[in-house]
Amino acid sequence: MQQSPAVNEAIVEIEHVSFGYDAARPVLRDVSLAIPRGSVVGIMGQSGHGKTTLLRIIMGAYKPQAGAARVLGHDVAKLDTAGLYAMRRKMGMLFQFGALFTDISVFENVAFPLREHLELPEDLLQDLVMMKLHAVGLRGAAHLMPTELSGGMARRVALARAIALDPQLILYDEPFTGLDPISFGVIVRLIRSLNDSLGATSVIVTHDVQEALDMVDYAWFIGSGRVIAQGRPDAIRGSDEPFVNQFVNGKIEGPVPFHYPAPEYGADLELPAGAARQAA
Amino acid sequence: MNRSTIDLWVGLFVVAGLAGLLFLSLKVANLASFSTSNTYMVQANFLNIGGLKIRAPVKSAGVVVGRVTDIRFDTETYKAIVSINLESIYQFPRDTSAKILTSGILGEQYIGLEAGGDGVMLKQGDRIRLTQDAVVLENLISQFLFNKAAEGKGDEKK
Amino acid sequence: MALTALRARLERLGGLVTSMVWRLGYASRFLGYLVAHSGTAFRRFRLTVAEIYFAGVLSLIIILVSGLFVGMVLSLQGYETLQRFGASESLGVLVALSLVRELGPVVAGLLFASRAGSAITAEIGLMKATEQISAMEMMAVDPIARVVAPRFWGGVISMPLLAALFSAMGIFGGYLIAVPLIGVDSGAFWSQMQAAVDFSNDILNGVIKSVVFGVAVTWIAVFEGYDAPPTAEGVSHATTRTVVISSLAILALDFVLTALMFTGGNR
Repeated sequence: MQQSPAVNEAIVEIEHVSFGYDAARPVLRDVSLAIPRGSVVGIMGQSGHGKTTLLRIIMGAYKPQAGAARVLGHDVAKLDTAGLYAMRRKMGMLFQFGALFTDISVFENVAFPLREHLELPEDLLQDLVMMKLHAVGLRGAAHLMPTELSGGMARRVALARAIALDPQLILYDEPFTGLDPISFGVIVRLIRSLNDSLGATSVIVTHDVQEALDMVDYAWFIGSGRVIAQGRPDAIRGSDEPFVNQFVNGKIEGPVPFHYPAPEYGADLELPAGAARQAA
Repeated sequence: MNRSTIDLWVGLFVVAGLAGLLFLSLKVANLASFSTSNTYMVQANFLNIGGLKIRAPVKSAGVVVGRVTDIRFDTETYKAIVSINLESIYQFPRDTSAKILTSGILGEQYIGLEAGGDGVMLKQGDRIRLTQDAVVLENLISQFLFNKAAEGKGDEKK
Repeated sequence: MALTALRARLERLGGLVTSMVWRLGYASRFLGYLVAHSGTAFRRFRLTVAEIYFAGVLSLIIILVSGLFVGMVLSLQGYETLQRFGASESLGVLVALSLVRELGPVVAGLLFASRAGSAITAEIGLMKATEQISAMEMMAVDPIARVVAPRFWGGVISMPLLAALFSAMGIFGGYLIAVPLIGVDSGAFWSQMQAAVDFSNDILNGVIKSVVFGVAVTWIAVFEGYDAPPTAEGVSHATTRTVVISSLAILALDFVLTALMFTGGNR
């Protein structure tokens, strides 16, 4: 496996982090990674194997039970509520389905972080919101309500809201889920262009492998709570690590079996032993 | 629904609520009377106050002239000490008598004042000397039975 | 054999009671945090005003109509019984005292719980289920201060006003039945009422009751919403719980408050 990129520039450092929602089942086991400033990186793997949990630890929503998580220079576990909120003001997060506030308009959604944290004159606020909406191509939809938006549009508005305060770190939780090809392409393009124009760092948690590998600078694969592969996209694509191979190429059989563990087929069909082989 | 419409409706709602409260206080309850008027306090002692309660009315000639404000028990004389607030506009002579009466048959009890003839008026802190206790139903019944029995014996003797 | 079954049942009962007590403690800490972080709800009073609108103003119709009908029924039923004792002129007293002391705060509280309480629980629960609460936390805004506290104070402020309006409408309804319809003397109706209803004993106590109910109902509503599992089923269960637990709480508190306020010998 390749080494992860230069650590001295890391904006997120995860060192030997373990975590479980309950003590009996750890979700993350001894995970280490370092995300360099200015890059767009992907964290991939199967659903339920720890990707989102890792994101929540970076966000500060959960504290690691072992190891340390350092984000933007702060040790996440040692922050008090005020410190946590100060750190989050420099971050932006795009939730899986947008998580827009349904009772207020698109404009008000994007204006929300600005109103809460800054005392701006109304015309300046208006300009800023319009600029953010323009960046995602939805300036004309400012007066609409979230329920009137399509999935792709809602995702873009949520993106505009996530970058409202010009964050240094942007987190994406499954940003491509359920999008049509056009919206998909739009989001892919926006993630990269916003990251570069803001000079920020972006972390994408996804299982849309092919598209993600096309756009990220570096990727980590999480399986069963551990990092089982990492590297630049071509290295991942060409990897012969069996799980990565199965995942990237979408194969049915591999380390992840097709059949969920079950008793013998014949027993479930209540056939006499041996007859099942004939039936299969 | 924009902000100013919401503000308007909430304002109306609060005003209506307070108006309802005001209606209840003034038209339904007796807030308007006695809370701000001038009163003076007198006392009366009773052997038995029956069902008299604090805030019971004090009436003279059927007109409410005051309210009972306090009821205590005197451990030396073993009598009830009732404190009354009378409205300052009503002056009563020193020899006024106080009786505990019942309004209607099942009604609540109140104090009835009958004015005497003395020239000097009651003032703050004075005590009404002539008092008549509440009628206790049991005593009334036993007295009635006693009288009946006595009558019967009298008839027998004849 | 029966003993083990019995023991299992007792263990479950104990577990149930323990979890109820634990939940009450958790809810109390939630309330404490909520009250401590209510600064935003008052400094940006617009937020609370919007909630007074949704909880109070939108409940007006059901409160006023119910109040009217309750008052009218009280009058009808009361007349039936009172006139047997020749006390039909005390109808006003009956209607007014029943409403102001009991029915106003209690029925208005029950209606408020089912209309506004369930709406608050559903709203907060859905915000949690659609990650709006998490999004707010990610934007470094305390969701309890910004979303929950205004709804709590909106409910607490609305409740006494609604109870007062319920009682007022009820007395009006009672008057409509008693005087024009039945024929009780108008003067007697109002004057006997005024003589019997005391401001601090009856009206004020009724207001205190409605404030207590407002706190209880809104507290339960916001807590159940915030604590609901973030699924459709979770939110719907939470909404039902709000209505059921609020109603029971109102009736239990009513008993306690009535015992404290309205009984006691020579007072």
